[in-house]
Amino acid sequence: MIRYRGVTKIFGHGPEAITAVKDITLNIKPGELVVFLGPSGCGKTTLLRLTNRLLSLTSGEIQIDGQDIMSWNPINLRQSMGYSIQEIGLFPNKTIYGNIAVVPRLLGWEEWKIKDRVYELLSMLGLEPDIFKDRYPAELSGGQQQRIGVARSLAADPDILLMDEPFGAIDPVNRERIQDEFLGIQSKLGKTIAFVTHDIHEAIKLGDRIAIFQDGRLIQYDTPEVMLAFPSNGFISDFVGTDRAIKTLGLYRVHEVMRKKPDIVIQASMSRLEALNRFGAEDFRDVIVIHGNKPIGYVDIRDLRNKGTLVKDTVIEYPVLINFNDTLRDVMSQMLMHDISNFPVIDDNGELKGVISHNDIRRHIISIFNDIRHGAGS
Amino acid sequence: MHIIIFIMKNAERCWLLTLDHISIVAISIFLASLIGIPTGIIISYNKTKAQKIINIANIFMTIPSIALFGLMLPLLSIVGYGLGKVPAIIALVLYSQLPIIRNTYIGIRNIPSELVEAANGLGMDRWTRLKEIEIPLAMPVIIAGLKNAAVMSIGIAAIAAYIGAGGLGVFIQQGIARAYDEMILAGAILVALLAIFVDCGMSLLEKILTPKGLGITANLGT
Repeated sequence: MIRYRGVTKIFGHGPEAITAVKDITLNIKPGELVVFLGPSGCGKTTLLRLTNRLLSLTSGEIQIDGQDIMSWNPINLRQSMGYSIQEIGLFPNKTIYGNIAVVPRLLGWEEWKIKDRVYELLSMLGLEPDIFKDRYPAELSGGQQQRIGVARSLAADPDILLMDEPFGAIDPVNRERIQDEFLGIQSKLGKTIAFVTHDIHEAIKLGDRIAIFQDGRLIQYDTPEVMLAFPSNGFISDFVGTDRAIKTLGLYRVHEVMRKKPDIVIQASMSRLEALNRFGAEDFRDVIVIHGNKPIGYVDIRDLRNKGTLVKDTVIEYPVLINFNDTLRDVMSQMLMHDISNFPVIDDNGELKGVISHNDIRRHIISIFNDIRHGAGS
Repeated sequence: MHIIIFIMKNAERCWLLTLDHISIVAISIFLASLIGIPTGIIISYNKTKAQKIINIANIFMTIPSIALFGLMLPLLSIVGYGLGKVPAIIALVLYSQLPIIRNTYIGIRNIPSELVEAANGLGMDRWTRLKEIEIPLAMPVIIAGLKNAAVMSIGIAAIAAYIGAGGLGVFIQQGIARAYDEMILAGAILVALLAIFVDCGMSLLEKILTPKGLGITANLGT
């Protein structure tokens, strides 16, 4: 739990004084990932650096688990929190092992315990420990260095992580991948995280809640859903963009919206007459065809009436299959791209889990906007 | 040819004077680094103070060595050390300050700010940061400064023979007094060889003490 109470930071004195952070009050609950979002110079990084006393408060109070940070020795305070920065700052004279071991060594851990921890973290981040531990930072790609930066901040298993654009320095493809990995790790570890970024997509993707800053003030502090549905002023709606309904789609996963497996699916191995019997007189279009329990495509009933002997003769393959963990944003994009409004949803084994249609997505977004509106009104 | 004969005939004396020369320089550089390296580190935390200290060290460099010996003579005579090795070593320590302080300062200042930021953010105190990050990373530059100081001191120590410090300058001084060309040349050549030898040795040391991870260029691929 991190509590900010009337936190203010002024740089300089007299007429040249600059107020970087002004009267910020907010809480970060245990296990919550809060994103500090805003354009450069908005005070988000200053607030982060006040938290571990890399900067000193001008006024106000910051509490960690109910204890005022000013009552800590700053060195101990910093060792008790993970810290990672955009420039990564891996020490080039230390091996990967030495870099990750920095904080455990400062804390005086025994070497066997440090070794276990380094191996555990490297494995968790998908880097083979025996290959990477003795390498130097210069021998790693940017993406690998970012992972080591994250591993280093997690090394002593702190409850709190302070992250200043930790994925800012890598290309978009790798960034997406590291964000996904990081979300996976966070869902297991449940750290309390303050995460600075200026990237609205990153904020929406990672944040349990988002704090938007402008000119050193906290403008809005809400969940991404509320932030997108009801930006509290013009600055925020500009910042989140006019496509915020589309961005909202990125917040939901297919399994939250899909309908369960439909009643009418037909096996690829059925004869076309057998299949036609199942429909009776009703004029279905685009019926899902499965092989075993795996969807392989769809048939148009009119084709089925006219051609072939078996269902699989007229089956049309889906250009893509939708995984139940995909975001609605991905699905919507596929629907528009392939002009298909109804997709089967599969699990990681390729088995049919349900279906999702254009209408399902539309109804879901409308109901969410309604819920938030009513919630906000009450 | 006469020189080689001179050196061979006086091999033992050459050797002793060379050792004498080395000991003057070695003691000076040792004492100079005890003063210069900590000074360089301390001023790296304060840019304006740094400029002042470096300017002072610079002033010492502009004083001709023979003038500095002259200046120290009356001062050190008070305590009975006006001539000999003591004023020579003091002069060499003073001359060595500029390359040593300057290189230590530059070596530490040039460490990328994000490394200092990371070290602070992870909870290193100033001493740990210095020991684990700053000094190892600045080491090649610091050694280069010591190398400059050593090579320069070898030259100046030759002049210190005039105040009775000994060393290879004795050949040059006595050779001039006696108009003995081979002796002058022997002194000059041995001093030059010593300087080249020390320069190579220190370059090797610089290479050895460069942290391993610094010599590597990026090998990419995700």
